[in-house]
Amino acid sequence: MSIRLRLDKPWRPLTGEEIARLPGQLGVYQVGDGAGAVLFIGQAGARAPFGLRSELQSELAQRGAGHQFRVEVNMQYRTRWFELLMVYRADHGELPPDNAKNPPPLGRLSPS
Amino acid sequence: MDFEPNEEQQMLIDQVRRFVREEIIPLEAGLDPDASELDPADHARLVEKTKAMGLFGIDIPKEYGGPDIDIVTRVLLAIEMAQHRAGLYVPCYGTFGGAGLAQIFEANEDQKERYLYPTLRGEKKAFFGLTEPSGGSDPARAIQTKAERKDNGWVLNGAKIFISNADRAQYGIVFARTDASKGRAGITCFLIDSDTPGFHVRRVVHTLRSSHYATELEFKDCWVSDHQVLGEVNKGFAVANDRLTRQRIPYAAGCIGVAIAAHEMAIEWAKMRSTFGEKLANRQAVQWMLVDNEIDIRTARHFTLEAAEKARRGLPFKIEASIAKLTASEGGGRVVDRSMQIHGGMGMTKDLPLERWYREMRIRRVGEGPSEVQRMVIAREILGSNLR
Repeated sequence: MSIRLRLDKPWRPLTGEEIARLPGQLGVYQVGDGAGAVLFIGQAGARAPFGLRSELQSELAQRGAGHQFRVEVNMQYRTRWFELLMVYRADHGELPPDNAKNPPPLGRLSPS
Repeated sequence: MDFEPNEEQQMLIDQVRRFVREEIIPLEAGLDPDASELDPADHARLVEKTKAMGLFGIDIPKEYGGPDIDIVTRVLLAIEMAQHRAGLYVPCYGTFGGAGLAQIFEANEDQKERYLYPTLRGEKKAFFGLTEPSGGSDPARAIQTKAERKDNGWVLNGAKIFISNADRAQYGIVFARTDASKGRAGITCFLIDSDTPGFHVRRVVHTLRSSHYATELEFKDCWVSDHQVLGEVNKGFAVANDRLTRQRIPYAAGCIGVAIAAHEMAIEWAKMRSTFGEKLANRQAVQWMLVDNEIDIRTARHFTLEAAEKARRGLPFKIEASIAKLTASEGGGRVVDRSMQIHGGMGMTKDLPLERWYREMRIRRVGEGPSEVQRMVIAREILGSNLR
């Protein structure tokens, strides 16, 4: 069984209470606006002191209220992150706005 | 055969060792433990350093502008280049340059202009499309991607899997069946531009090597002209096979480099760490693990240099290359495993490079021909070609 190509879990409000429930594990995440448009796809790597929880705390501190998030615990956070970015670009023709400001080197993917 | 480095080789080894320890490892400390790329500015700066050292493009043949270093010396240097966290698959993060795919040197002049020279200038990257969902260890039989004649060219249909860099490459070397009735004599090698209609990178394939992904490809009515045939029609298997044999020697060298780095860490830790009032180094259980590490490393180093020496002399080296790949990948895995055991809990963490080496070294027993295929190759050589 393979992992799902797109991260399509339900959105959760980007609040301190929700983030406190997150595991301190490695993985990937998306931050969206109030309407559910993806603004940023991020990764929680091994340098983050508490993994996903640390990264989402940073997102909350930078963005403030009115945003949403969803996460996927994944030890293969780097390759999964690249995959999510490439799939998003294949679906939308461009990267999420906050990734487009400083895009990583990406390949081309044309999911069937 | 004497495999002790001569004076010139030792000077180059020392130079590369300093480069790894003074340039690569300090930068690596600031990267994600699974990173495979340096910051572009750091990469460019270090490329200038390797050029100044006269070692850039180390694997490029002399007639194409390479530094003319023999294969034995290149093996000795490859062992050094691998001795850092990302070193098994991205030695020195590519700052010593690459030669591209070996097969492209067999191209005709037109193809060299379009593919080889841009690759050597760093303008184009390539992927190697051999393995298919039907199998990779027996390409002569497993290749099901078909290429059929049409409109003065060929139409490819099929799939490839576990292909590295296909999503970022400008072209690839792709093997397809052009005569279904002829087994290994019915395979042709094609040069496929990544923007050719009908060529698709369908998905990322996640593996233990979480620093870097492989991809799955689909060819759907992908038409290419006769100018894209590399070598001769129905003689592609020889192209693939030659590459697979040659590649086993540097592949083994990378395993040895990582094994040495893990072993040195284990020795240092054993001398420093005390349990129950005694240094680990004074405990026989730990001493024996270190002894076994030493034997595995020396064995793999001997066989790998033997293979390289035969290749340097122009002698047949197929059996030696298989023995090198087998001893280095299996022995290297054991060394990393024992080194983790000596480190205890710390050995399991991403704070140390051991866990990445453990995962990546496991792939080495399968990549470039699994251990069982290497043993089969050796058995055929020993017992004769009639062996089934």
